[in-house]
Amino acid sequence: MSDLVPSAQVDVKEVNRLIERNDEDNTTIFGFWVYLMTDCVLFGSLFAVFTVLRNNTFGGPGGAVLFSLPYALIETLSLLTSSFTCGLAVLSAQRKSKKQTVFWFVVTFLLGATFLGLELTEFHKFIAGGNSWHRSGFLSSYFALVGTHGLHITIGLIWIAVMTGFILKRGINGLTMKRIRMLSLFWHFLDVVWIFIFTIVYLFGALHA
Amino acid sequence: MNLNVFGSLLGKLSFRYLPHDPITVSGAIMMVLVPIALVVFLTVTKRWKWLYKEWLTTLDPKRIGVMYIVVAVAMGLRGLSDVILVRTQQAISVGNSHGILSASHFQQIVSAHGTIMIFFVAMGLMFGMINMIVPLQIGARDVAFPFLNATSFWLFFAGMVLINISLVIGDFSATGWLAYPPLSELKYSPTVGVDYWIWSLEIAGAGSLLSGINFLVTILKKRVKGMSLMKMPMFCWGVLGSMSLVAFAFPILTITLILLSLDRTLGTHFFTAGGGGNMMMYVNLIWAWGHPEVYILILPAFGVFSEIVSTYARKKLFGYTSMVWAIWSIVVLSFIVWLHHFFTMGAGSDVNGFFGIMTMIIAVPTGVKLFNWLFTLYKGKLNFKTPLYWFIGFAIIFTIGGMAGVLMAVPPIDFQLHNSLFLIAHFHMMIVSGVLFGDFAAIVYWLPKFTGFKLNERLGRYSFWLWLVGFLMAFLPLYVLGFMGATRRLDHYSASLGWQPLFIVAAIGVVFIIGGVVMMFVQLGYSIWTRKKHLAGSDPWDGRTLEWSLPTPIPFYNFARLPHVTSKDPFWYLKHRGGHKIAQGEYEPIEIPKNTPLAMVIAAGAFIFGFSIVWHIWWLAPIGLLTSIVTIIVRSMDEHPNFVLSASEVKQLDEKYGSAA
Repeated sequence: MSDLVPSAQVDVKEVNRLIERNDEDNTTIFGFWVYLMTDCVLFGSLFAVFTVLRNNTFGGPGGAVLFSLPYALIETLSLLTSSFTCGLAVLSAQRKSKKQTVFWFVVTFLLGATFLGLELTEFHKFIAGGNSWHRSGFLSSYFALVGTHGLHITIGLIWIAVMTGFILKRGINGLTMKRIRMLSLFWHFLDVVWIFIFTIVYLFGALHA
Repeated sequence: MNLNVFGSLLGKLSFRYLPHDPITVSGAIMMVLVPIALVVFLTVTKRWKWLYKEWLTTLDPKRIGVMYIVVAVAMGLRGLSDVILVRTQQAISVGNSHGILSASHFQQIVSAHGTIMIFFVAMGLMFGMINMIVPLQIGARDVAFPFLNATSFWLFFAGMVLINISLVIGDFSATGWLAYPPLSELKYSPTVGVDYWIWSLEIAGAGSLLSGINFLVTILKKRVKGMSLMKMPMFCWGVLGSMSLVAFAFPILTITLILLSLDRTLGTHFFTAGGGGNMMMYVNLIWAWGHPEVYILILPAFGVFSEIVSTYARKKLFGYTSMVWAIWSIVVLSFIVWLHHFFTMGAGSDVNGFFGIMTMIIAVPTGVKLFNWLFTLYKGKLNFKTPLYWFIGFAIIFTIGGMAGVLMAVPPIDFQLHNSLFLIAHFHMMIVSGVLFGDFAAIVYWLPKFTGFKLNERLGRYSFWLWLVGFLMAFLPLYVLGFMGATRRLDHYSASLGWQPLFIVAAIGVVFIIGGVVMMFVQLGYSIWTRKKHLAGSDPWDGRTLEWSLPTPIPFYNFARLPHVTSKDPFWYLKHRGGHKIAQGEYEPIEIPKNTPLAMVIAAGAFIFGFSIVWHIWWLAPIGLLTSIVTIIVRSMDEHPNFVLSASEVKQLDEKYGSAA
């Protein structure tokens, strides 16, 4: 509000309208936070399931045999970088630079798609090697946890694609800005979940024989 | 497991899954005839357009609330007819007689009764009430996310349709209302019954989760200026507690059902007996949702009782602050008692001891609330209307049931009573008296605000007495039977056990309850018939909270001018203590969301998805999913989801409807 002109020229009604609009945006973003927290509980349940079943390999391979840490690291790096570029997209949007915003979202999309591709390749490798979710409780819970994250990433990619089209068509205004903020919250959230997956599934899995 | 992706265009679906035995056939015929009758009625009376424009596409929470309640009442009748069959079977299926139902059909009916009563009756009534009342009580013109709210309702509706279709094609789960594995796994329940159960709850549960988020945000963010949290009506506090629980508990249900579904359709090993699965994990997960669910249902009903007791006692609520603390203690504690549902699992005495003690502790805040209500009544100038009857009925039954609950919180006693009819008596006494009586009281209390006429008092009292007598007759014998060793879901027993007389008493109790239900419809019909004589005006009970300050019928925008709130019970202060006027300030433009059918389309996509997974119709499932996703994207592209009423239009409308106080 610092750039407001002196009070004689302020249209009080207009200011009130702006404040109200701002409140409304905050309500939406707050609602989105609450949604993310419910998603957090959802992932929490999956982590609990994974922890309970991690040793139930039923004669099949465990994490130490299956997981390759360098591979998981490449996945992690591509996702973390995508989170960084997503942040750059938000910064560009705040500067109202449509071109840059679109550019960084495209980069984010590509990195996210790379991550998803790597993940699906890993899934395919396991399944082709006879270690699908049928094999054991451990593999069921692995596919459920990592797969749910992958499903979220897929939704995120669809969202990024739609959002980019939306920005190209409408430019950067109050509405698109609000949605860009929510999209970036979503994307960063998936990043945080992945950090936990990387630690609990891959690191612990590869370390414990 | 062989997926056979494009093996058959209709998946497992075929005519041989149509019902055969007489009772199922009549159920199926009912399920087909009722919708046909509805369609004919709407066509003959030319109401399709009206229905579509005024109801199906509406985003007005008041109307969405009515739709929730209509669905819930219809489902209540179905749940009741299930009970009639169960009670008849148990009263006559003794010794050589095997009653009217086959064992597997009996199990399906018991499972359907529990599922429907919790998910589609209790939840439906609760969300209906919340939709209608919460925005009014907090001085809001709408909920935080109106479109999401409509989507929630239609998802609830889609789940309801799915569970009822199981009557016509295929069968329903015969594994109890929570479908414990390994019984609910494909190996032991190879038909589509459990899949119907899973997907109906999954879809309706997604709706509940979204509603939970929506009302949590609505209460926290949409309160009118001046209404700090501690000035909020107690009903809103109950709803806030309940919605917080929804947000924390329903994701667990979502994931648990998905995992069970994966076990059944993709051959994973989460809860299987072999393959490295862990079936007790299912029981833990489902009750980590299931126990909070009990409080999700009951906290709003507690809120209703708080409103009713203080209004009809013409006193402010006793111990407001302690009520709030009691609610939040219950919210927290309800997440650390789930294991008392399976003390017999063998988790060891330390674990059982902890959960037993926590369970006993949760009775304390509940007791605080009960005493607060009684102290509110004490020395009040009682306006003894039917809602107070329901309250007193609740207070007595709830206390009996609650004490039975504390008894079962002692693990050694629970080892004796686990899964016996004692438990059935206990939780029916909690849920029916707590939730259902609360909803009945709420209907009598708030209905005049929406319709402009009161319900007939005499018929309401008849209904109450029939319910009370019937209820006690139906459930007190079950405590005794539980002690005698009768287990739940029993379709046949030996004559030498001597249980039959008590089962017959319970069945007679159900006859009284049916009388109570019939009396409610008579009451409603008679009150509509004679409504001119019972006009209620806008404030029939000398109300205390904001909703009573509005004109009746309530205009679609709720508040023409936003209310001014400086205390609890602002409307009461205005009337009795010379408080300030509530509607103050200038008229301003109001944004109202436009009607849209898209919420319905999203739910239709979810329904198609659920149905095709139940029957393994693999080409149809992605179509359903895509329908929902594309519709969401289409909706997000809509630049003008709202229309604006200008300040002068609002003023005109306000003068037409009659201004608020």
